[in-house]
Amino acid sequence: MVEFALPKNSRITTGKTWPKPEGATNVRKFQIYRWNPDDGKNPSLDTYFLDMDKCGPMILDALIKIKNEIDPTLTFRRSCREGICGSCAMNIDGINTLACIYGLDEVEGDVKIYPLPHMSVVKDLIPDLTHFYAQHASIMPWLETKTNRPAKEWKQSIEDRKKLDGLYECVMCASCSTSCPSYWWNSDRYLGPAALLHAYRWIIDSRDEATGERLDELEDPFKLYRCHTIMNCAKTCPKGLNPAKAIANIKQMMVERSV
Amino acid sequence: MADVNRGNRPLSPHLTIYRPQMTSGSSIMVRITAIASLVLAVLFVWWLVAAATSETAFAGIDGFVRSWFGDLIMLGGTWALWYHMLGRLRHVMWDFGYGLDVDFSEKLGLLMFIVATGLTVVTIVAV
Repeated sequence: MVEFALPKNSRITTGKTWPKPEGATNVRKFQIYRWNPDDGKNPSLDTYFLDMDKCGPMILDALIKIKNEIDPTLTFRRSCREGICGSCAMNIDGINTLACIYGLDEVEGDVKIYPLPHMSVVKDLIPDLTHFYAQHASIMPWLETKTNRPAKEWKQSIEDRKKLDGLYECVMCASCSTSCPSYWWNSDRYLGPAALLHAYRWIIDSRDEATGERLDELEDPFKLYRCHTIMNCAKTCPKGLNPAKAIANIKQMMVERSV
Repeated sequence: MADVNRGNRPLSPHLTIYRPQMTSGSSIMVRITAIASLVLAVLFVWWLVAAATSETAFAGIDGFVRSWFGDLIMLGGTWALWYHMLGRLRHVMWDFGYGLDVDFSEKLGLLMFIVATGLTVVTIVAV
């Protein structure tokens, strides 16, 4: 349901302001969302200052610098540092993206960092993605076949393979789904842009033989049709994909098979 | 739904921290103008029913509609109707699979504001 205000336990308070680095001339201010499950307090916004002359170029570099040099309790996910694992997705300067491939020079003024929006927070910048992953699993993200297994491999023409471009690149970082107001209000029943993009990726795979069943599963006022083409998903995707278009294509297939 | 709220976990902020987008703004406006049009329809039906009821009932609502405040409501309502119509046409286009690129959608969002305003001016001049 639509609830604009945050629950009482989620309202953000002013947090700690950490000391400025000594002797630095090129200082930048970072405001970062903090929540510790162990102290029983509300989330807060901590303020850090970094010497930009001694910091790497990306948001993730800044976060790692804070964790290494100022506050080792700052908690966030990261792994590949090159935009392929999808771990460091977070809300940076008001949009969802990957901290590792978002440049500090792309942000004007102070840098504000929150966890992915409208998610249950595990700690600091780490949201619980259990439900998000369960939704992905529900669309059967694998090749479904009925004919006998070929001797060597399932073949696909170059043209048919091209249909998967712009879909297979998704790294499941959840930036799109958590940018979607429809997903904020209805994530219990609406699958969200990421899961639907994956659903479409299998629907149009020429080798897949469960297209009808896949469409049947999505024929639902909530699972698919809560998408109102708001397009926050396509705008925010750090990989430049367009889930809104994939969803529109599924809707078109729904119409085509019923007329 | 998976149990994701163990240990009184907070909900991360959303509406208040997400940067407003051209496309999301133009989308929510379609819904707001729909509600505004509905209010306008109620006013119009009231006006008609009053006309069929009695002279005094009609004089009351007619005076309100013709007042400066009524004019303001009608002006806003006209814009809302035009904007909503354009928004719905945009949905028809999307349903046929056209115009779903981010750049185009952002330009279209701006264009809808301009065209709706233009059509409102045309309506005022014509009426």
